[in-house]
Amino acid sequence: MNKEFTKGVFKDNPIFVLLLGLCPALGVSGQVVNALGMSAGVLFVMLGSNIFVSLLKNFIPPKARIPSYIVIIASFVTIVQMVMEAFAPELYGSLGVFVPLIVVNCVILGRAEAFASRNTLKNSVLDALGMSLGFALGLTLIALVREVLGAGTITLFPVGGFEGIIRIPLLHQAPARIFSLSAGALLVMGLLKAFFNWYSESRRNLS
Amino acid sequence: MSEETRFIVESSPQIRHSDTTAGIMWHVSLALVPAGIWGVYVFGVRSLLVILLSIAASAAAEYAAARLMNRKTLSDGSAVLTGLLIGYNMPPLVPLFIPVVASVFAVAVVKWAFGGLGANWMNPALAGRAFVFFSWTSGMNAWKVPSSWAAADSVSSATPLGAVKTGLMDVAGEGGSSLGYLGDIGYSFSAMGEAVSSWFNSAGIAVSPYHADLFFGNIPGSIGEVSAFLLLLGGIYLMHRRIVTWEIPVSYILSFALLIWVFEGTLFSRGLFAGSVFFHVFGGGLILGALFMATDMVTSPITRRGMIIYGIGAGALTFLIRIYGSLPEGVSLAIIIMNIFVPMIDRYVQPKPYGVKKTRGGAS
Repeated sequence: MNKEFTKGVFKDNPIFVLLLGLCPALGVSGQVVNALGMSAGVLFVMLGSNIFVSLLKNFIPPKARIPSYIVIIASFVTIVQMVMEAFAPELYGSLGVFVPLIVVNCVILGRAEAFASRNTLKNSVLDALGMSLGFALGLTLIALVREVLGAGTITLFPVGGFEGIIRIPLLHQAPARIFSLSAGALLVMGLLKAFFNWYSESRRNLS
Repeated sequence: MSEETRFIVESSPQIRHSDTTAGIMWHVSLALVPAGIWGVYVFGVRSLLVILLSIAASAAAEYAAARLMNRKTLSDGSAVLTGLLIGYNMPPLVPLFIPVVASVFAVAVVKWAFGGLGANWMNPALAGRAFVFFSWTSGMNAWKVPSSWAAADSVSSATPLGAVKTGLMDVAGEGGSSLGYLGDIGYSFSAMGEAVSSWFNSAGIAVSPYHADLFFGNIPGSIGEVSAFLLLLGGIYLMHRRIVTWEIPVSYILSFALLIWVFEGTLFSRGLFAGSVFFHVFGGGLILGALFMATDMVTSPITRRGMIIYGIGAGALTFLIRIYGSLPEGVSLAIIIMNIFVPMIDRYVQPKPYGVKKTRGGAS
């Protein structure tokens, strides 16, 4: 597999290694479905912005590069916002202000600035895919832990006869509600980060 | 004796003291025992089970976490003390899984995730309590009436602080006071409280049964917090042994009492300087918190001035949460919040080293 793709998933995972995009990682990780919706939005915006920044890198004057990136990113966020509002109004409602806030999501701006503006189109596309997959994995992991412990459920999309909510027996009756509060978001985020640090360090010591 | 053991080279502090970590922990636990026995006496054997479960769970978590780090720390007694304090902070009718979760969270996450005893920046017992309090609110409000109440017509009852808080939400109190309000709503009292009250009244000192009940612990509340009297005895023992110094408890309780005296009366439209100090000082977890939890050596400042700042901060926060917050009780949250400020307090309240002249632009 291509290195530009895989680095975003593990070695440079945006949430747990680069510590970028923490605002949505804390804000919309209350339910798994929100995390997945947010990840889809970020994937689309990052792919679009990386492609355009990479294509336009020779035309954007260095002094005005950040505003230019913001314009590109904001255009894609507007598309996501309108599409989501039209076709998934429930998701749009529960993500709330975090959809327009994708504009200032530092993963996207960070990749435009640090990668797409100085790499080829192909590598920028791979980078966007890998980074958004890494973001999606991190966000969904936090959301999974928070929702299972904090509400005793796993909320997914309703498909056919499946209503879209998996209830975990026992936990569902008396969930540790603190995990669905904002304190729980910081707690889960910090402990997962500590765990991954410990894990990668112990692997480095082995090799 | 070999060369290495005769000449030990190490950094300061070089002054030796016979106190050990384990010794301190056992003395604190010992000082807490009378209040616990009282709690078991008034709330029944089930509360003993709650305390023992908390201790067992926190000891098990300590053993497992230390094992994971290849260390053996169970014998330092800190886990037992944490478990004991968590048990004391539980309401008597709490579902039994709650103290277990609180203990495991306190020891494994609050203490060991930061590196074990001495590295935690927040009091583990209080953090465990806050964790379960916000997770299972109804379970953490399972209060039981003390067995010593004369006319108890039900099993559960609100705590005095809770009763007054709820009452104030329903009606805007006028002209009354927190203690008087208890009488207005027909809050129960014990035969012991009545006896103490009539004894004092015959001597010409006006003492209501509620005063005695609040002080001696004939009130619904957490298992270990109700008997202010026995907790004070334990606190005096610890101060006598120099394990607890006076700065934190005294500054905490005094600043809290002062603020209550000045502002609490406004809740009853009685204006300033008319608060029910006695009710608020002895009616909740303040004595337990101020003597045994705010004074935790790991999570409190090290200098005398720092301790006083810390105590005043905790007193002010407890006052704010109890009087203007939505919760009836604020001791645990106040101490946790002040725990966060401890490194900052320690940094700005450093004692001047001997012989150093103060230079312009602060210490360097």
